[in-house]
Amino acid sequence: MPHQRSLFDVVGPIMIGPSSSHTAGAVRLGALARAVFGGQPTVADIELHGSFASTGPGHGTDLALAAGLLGMALDDPRIRTALALAADAGMTITLCESDLGEVHPNTARLTLSDADGNATTVQGSSVGGAAVVLSRIGDFDVSISGELPVLIVEHHDEPGVIAAVSALLAAHGVNVASMEVSREMRGAQALMVLETDQPVGDGTVAEMAEVPAVTSIRVVPAV
Amino acid sequence: MAYGTFVELLVAAAEHGSLGEAAVAREAAEQGTTREAVIRRLDEALAVMEEAVAEGLTGSARSRSGLTGGDARRVATSAPGLAGAPFDEAIAAALAVAEVNAAMGRVVAAPTGGASGVLPGVLLAVARQVAAPRESVALALATAGAVGAVIAARAALSGAAAGCQAEIGSGAAMAAAAAVELAGGSPQQAGHAASLALQGLLGLVCDPVAGLVEVPCVVRNATGAAVALAATEMAMAGVEFPIPFDEVALAMGSVGRSLPPSLRETALGGLAVTPTGKRLGLR
Repeated sequence: MPHQRSLFDVVGPIMIGPSSSHTAGAVRLGALARAVFGGQPTVADIELHGSFASTGPGHGTDLALAAGLLGMALDDPRIRTALALAADAGMTITLCESDLGEVHPNTARLTLSDADGNATTVQGSSVGGAAVVLSRIGDFDVSISGELPVLIVEHHDEPGVIAAVSALLAAHGVNVASMEVSREMRGAQALMVLETDQPVGDGTVAEMAEVPAVTSIRVVPAV
Repeated sequence: MAYGTFVELLVAAAEHGSLGEAAVAREAAEQGTTREAVIRRLDEALAVMEEAVAEGLTGSARSRSGLTGGDARRVATSAPGLAGAPFDEAIAAALAVAEVNAAMGRVVAAPTGGASGVLPGVLLAVARQVAAPRESVALALATAGAVGAVIAARAALSGAAAGCQAEIGSGAAMAAAAAVELAGGSPQQAGHAASLALQGLLGLVCDPVAGLVEVPCVVRNATGAAVALAATEMAMAGVEFPIPFDEVALAMGSVGRSLPPSLRETALGGLAVTPTGKRLGLR
């Protein structure tokens, strides 16, 4: 395990029990999925792998994922009734067991959609304590912990896009803590994932959207 | 980053005056905030711990399966027991928080949800015994966090990775170090206390019945608190453990990696597969 960023990763988080990995981590995964989707989905098809599938129900993993999708915090007492609250909020959640291959035992894949035709599939794992890693967005491999705010920029793979995005961040005083770029193939669709020390403001996002090759921008707050 | 070795933490403690102050200074620098802001956050965590103890002691927290709940109240109402007041109080409080956790209540992971009772049990009982000021308790909580961070960097903090020794064992090491600091022991004594606690739980397996954080997890918080108190007593009396904490933590990680997967949170070994364990699982 790497060095902890914070004491409060060890004495913390403040959470609804019973399990930091199967409950608190699952809330975080749901919250990250919601943020990547860009809002509250109306349909969430959730596949549970490994230990999430076998011991998840006893730990409230299903409730926790629903709570995250509803935007609840890790210590929200409403987590206990989150599935019912999701139904009330017009969110249809289906859960099934699934073999997602050679992945961490505590892994879930969430396919989210809404009435406007937006659809996203994300996959993530709860890797110990309440730490999580979002490992896949659509067809792209990523590594998002949710400990820092994240900027996700989909763009056309061409010279100058990374420079334009990082120049805008620099101009607005946002420091980049980590960055990964992946692409479907040369000159095709690409994805940039940047962890930042400061949240990225709406104004910065609006300016970034003006960069011709950029097709979409998502700001994922720390969870 | 938090300190990755106890040796570094000791050096920083010499500079800042205590393990707790060193841990808080490092946290403030890492998060770009002030000492007061970190203390405030520690105080919030303490408040959540106290609320969980109070809730658990009412005896109302029942787990979803119905397997656990009510034992904290049982211990608290039968006190004084043979071992005396701080011991009774620590055991009851550790059970209380663990029962609240199992009932989907609000707790502070320390270092995990399943092990969330050990630290508040020991810390709050010792704080009351020595009439510690609130800020000293918050600083001791930072010491506990720093010790846990050392274990995270050198071994692991999850049952899935290294068995229950990584959860209850780590919680006990964190609690023992914090208790020694509260009781006025030196940073070196706190290190011995952490080593004494962790060595006593080395090899402890994670074998939850039905895969739930209930049996034996809830009572293991109480037995873990007992080990932490024994380690605290020894360290305060000047008992030294000859193997430094950094090496004890490494040993825990190495033992954890040698544990078969059946004894690492999969519910495929230990108490989980006893005839009664399996029967409870079917219920």
